[in-house]
Amino acid sequence: MVELLRSLGRFALGFFERLGRATLLLLNIVRGLHELVPRPRLVVQELYSVGVLSLLIIVVSGLFVGMVLALQGYNTLVDFGAEQSLGVVVAMSLVRELGPVVTALLFAGRAGSALTAEIGLMKATEQLSAMEMMAVDPIRRVLGPRFSAGVISMPLLAAIFSAVGVIGGYFVGVGLLGVDQGSFWSQMQSKVDLYDDIVNGVVKSLVFGIVATWIAVFEGYDAVPTSEGVSRATTRTVVHTALAVLALDFVLTALMFGEH
Amino acid sequence: MADPDRPLVEIRNLSFSRGTRKIFDGVDIDIRRGSVTAIMGPSGTGKTTLLRLIGGQLRPSTGSIRVDGQEVPKLSRGELYRLRKRMGMLFQNGALLTHINAYENVAFPLREHTDLPEPIIRDLVLMKLQAVGLRGARELMPSELSGGMSRRVALARAIALDPMMILYDEPFTGQDPISMGVIVRLIRLLNDALGLTSVVVSHDVPETASIADYIYLLSDGKVVAQGSPEELQRSDSQWAQQFLQALPDGPVPFHYPAPDFREDLLAGREAHGRKGAA
Repeated sequence: MVELLRSLGRFALGFFERLGRATLLLLNIVRGLHELVPRPRLVVQELYSVGVLSLLIIVVSGLFVGMVLALQGYNTLVDFGAEQSLGVVVAMSLVRELGPVVTALLFAGRAGSALTAEIGLMKATEQLSAMEMMAVDPIRRVLGPRFSAGVISMPLLAAIFSAVGVIGGYFVGVGLLGVDQGSFWSQMQSKVDLYDDIVNGVVKSLVFGIVATWIAVFEGYDAVPTSEGVSRATTRTVVHTALAVLALDFVLTALMFGEH
Repeated sequence: MADPDRPLVEIRNLSFSRGTRKIFDGVDIDIRRGSVTAIMGPSGTGKTTLLRLIGGQLRPSTGSIRVDGQEVPKLSRGELYRLRKRMGMLFQNGALLTHINAYENVAFPLREHTDLPEPIIRDLVLMKLQAVGLRGARELMPSELSGGMSRRVALARAIALDPMMILYDEPFTGQDPISMGVIVRLIRLLNDALGLTSVVVSHDVPETASIADYIYLLSDGKVVAQGSPEELQRSDSQWAQQFLQALPDGPVPFHYPAPDFREDLLAGREAHGRKGAA
């Protein structure tokens, strides 16, 4: 029993110590972001590797998720004779929930893990130390541009995911299941609200972008500088991001839509 | 302005611990301006840690580290970074940035710290690469360079901002004789031609002794011997003799501390006997 309490205490202390270190790192990153203003090239380069290179997986996944949503939605709606509302169901599900959440989970697997591995290996091969000795702060030069790129990319990727998902839903709903094209689009247009649905979805994906990229860069920067350490850090990035995104999604959804 | 007659680096009563393990315990070291000073000692004596302490990447538990008159552990971040611009460090594996080629690696500190126009950066980079004999390898990526070439590119990068001092971390480890000869020659040549001060951390005795003006021998967190290479060769210090002549036993024992050998063997036999009887 005492041993159990002790290990629980150790776990809690370790957790808060890491959280503290991660918060200090985030503050350091944010404090140095203004230095990127005169050097936008640094962020653009990272936008390419974090955002553009994630496009394929986002587009393909979005297409399939939209197609599945249309299939599942149609089967439920048709029982109530409401299959003409399929467009609303697909669009609402994507914009409010699946767009931000699935994009964040895919981002963690594709870009987050790559960020952690890259930064962890830079640490293991002393590239970060070498920068420090060249009077270049790696937090501002390496982590800052990657963090900015992640935060900028996430809402854009989530928007693309949702848009492609709607197109996938259209193919299945209108093309395959015979839902009326006019109803599909017009109901979507009248029911999906700019502020309640789209802005809230963008806010969600922005929060997920901050959290997912923060976890990825922290895990890389904090990794034990060995091959095993980097591999563990990469795994932790994916697992912690997935848990954080799902938990935050609940909190954000409760705050945004809980009162309706 | 610091006194030019004073040593460039003055370390006094330096102590540093990692956890409960004492790495340094009351170390005094002076690095004279314009000299090549070697810090030598067996593996694990904290030689690399000493370079990190001089560069301000670590802070000592107690003691003083002055570089060009500035107390390194007390410097603010801005002051430390200003001091580091005047220092170069050559890491053991070169630590080149792996996503850019040799040219861009040497140009990196120039681009970060100066607003020089591109033609001047190009000239400077080519001059530095020429100094290490790798002007022709400027387009190669770090993964295409051999270990020795990586270190030479890293050396060109370390001298890019014309520093006052270069810290070398194990520059000879794992090199073939030709690469090693090149690096040995370069350290001395660059030191004298550019008016640098060099600190070489190494355990390669003949190579280091051939270029060093002064040698500090470290062991168990203390300076156990010091002097010019000739003085150390003549020294009657057991430490110096064991290290310089690569003797397997001496003040650094061959055996890791262990219980008495006879008792250890008998303990195994007794335990086995008890198990058999049971």
